[in-house]
Amino acid sequence: MPRKVCVIGAGMTLFRRRMLETPKELAFEATRMALESAGIERKEVDTVVAGSAPDAFDGVHMKGEYLLDGSGGYARPYSRVFVGGATGVYTPIAAWWHVASGLSDVCLAVAEEKMSPLQPHPQYAFWSIFDHTIERPLGVTLLWIFALEMRRYMHAYNIKEEEIALVSVKNKANALDHPCAQLGAKITVEDVMKSEKMVWPVKRLDVSPTSDGAAAVVLASEEFAKRLTKDPVYVAGCGWNIDSTYWTNRDLSYPQYLENAARMAYKQAGIKNPRKEIDFAEVYDPFDYKELHHMEGLQFAKKGEAPKMTASGMTQRNGEFPINPSGGLLGVGNPIAAAGMMKVCEVYFQLTNQAGKRQVKKEVHTGLAQAWGDLMQYSSVLILRRN
Amino acid sequence: MSERVKFFPGREVSAEAFQSGSVLLTEYSTDLKYSWASGVAISKFLNELKNGKIVGRKCNRCDRILVPPRMFCEECFRLTDSWIYTKDTGTVNTYSIAYVGTDASRLKEPLYIAVINIDGASPGMGFLHLLNEIKSEKEIKVGMKVRAVWKEQSERTGSILDIKYFKPL
Repeated sequence: MPRKVCVIGAGMTLFRRRMLETPKELAFEATRMALESAGIERKEVDTVVAGSAPDAFDGVHMKGEYLLDGSGGYARPYSRVFVGGATGVYTPIAAWWHVASGLSDVCLAVAEEKMSPLQPHPQYAFWSIFDHTIERPLGVTLLWIFALEMRRYMHAYNIKEEEIALVSVKNKANALDHPCAQLGAKITVEDVMKSEKMVWPVKRLDVSPTSDGAAAVVLASEEFAKRLTKDPVYVAGCGWNIDSTYWTNRDLSYPQYLENAARMAYKQAGIKNPRKEIDFAEVYDPFDYKELHHMEGLQFAKKGEAPKMTASGMTQRNGEFPINPSGGLLGVGNPIAAAGMMKVCEVYFQLTNQAGKRQVKKEVHTGLAQAWGDLMQYSSVLILRRN
Repeated sequence: MSERVKFFPGREVSAEAFQSGSVLLTEYSTDLKYSWASGVAISKFLNELKNGKIVGRKCNRCDRILVPPRMFCEECFRLTDSWIYTKDTGTVNTYSIAYVGTDASRLKEPLYIAVINIDGASPGMGFLHLLNEIKSEKEIKVGMKVRAVWKEQSERTGSILDIKYFKPL
């Protein structure tokens, strides 16, 4: 049986298009804040896991090594994990193994991304995720696969662009209350519809920005956590799963790999009815349609019905089932690995009543964070619970 | 906020400061060159494109005809068994209209892109390609039947671009 594991602290930097800090300085700031929030020092940390996405943004190879000193990993068992966009939620899952296995009492999970160095635009680095022989010669951009997936999702369930745009409107408005947010805004469905066409059906306001930032959490054994608080936040379950890399052979209308990851986490957490037993969720939303897609994969809504749930207002911060009360990637920003970790931080802040203006109205005990990545095929799911 | 969470660290650099150079920057560019071997399955696929044919690979255990072809079946995790020629027609599984290029610059003319399920392969098996000879954007539909438009034989090089694009049937 794995040991019970708790989250004892969380920290993050501002998310912005360009930051002055180097990646290790960003990692240091988020890590220091997480340790201070836990009320412990680095000397009490046994192991460290860092997460960061493709090296090409920074132009620095071996980013694990590069981030080491800023992540508190010096002279410790330290490693870097990388599963594309899903890294931010996978990093604390890897930290969970370290503590659940009994290997360490305290493990730091740190995620950092600095996308701004790459010129003329970070978008360019994504070119190299495609197959070099049969896809790159066609002139691919990252946006293609999302636009193709969004179109297939719309087709499968007869969903309109306007219904999808509601997600962007909600998340950007939620982000107005996040002190770290890059793109909090009051916008309308019409604004989204009229925004520049990038790769139709994806328009500018359907997409999250490119960002710099870092975020971190501290995980500890139950015994250690109980020395700090009577009422700790527990890791109730985690799951991860990946689909085939032959993405043009997949059913793009439904993320089966996410359902697999979610069922793995629900089994561990003893959750039978996720919609009833989970109070709120931070669902990965690099594009507005992805929030809907992921709500279905997570079994919060039936296939094709997440847009109705959104239109009903249920997923608003003060609704019956808040989704992305932080403001999500669409509003807070998308420094890839750090964006997933921001979601884990938000679940922790909400469960410990530290979310300030973003605190959801209803009492919350169980929250879920999810991220998604690689060639739109990987999902990581983490469930936190406070009694 | 809370007792312990009061302040979020970080210093933003504005676009103006970045572009005017008032923030210290070090610049570097690199030109990495690669030569990728096409592999066992895709070499055959490309050689057959040169002949004006699309070829898939069959797995006798799950009975699937796989396009793009691979020497192993990821489902059964065994070597695949034989080459199967498909048709050069197919169905649009999904499509998009690209207005931005690889480096996020704006294209002069939009590109029509699609995942095309290939006739003669197993359901849902297809690859990414371009669409053209489209009269109006409204003409493009999921489920639309399309046919490959090939380069002249003398111009083919054994590349995915030996198919110029797919056009409506």
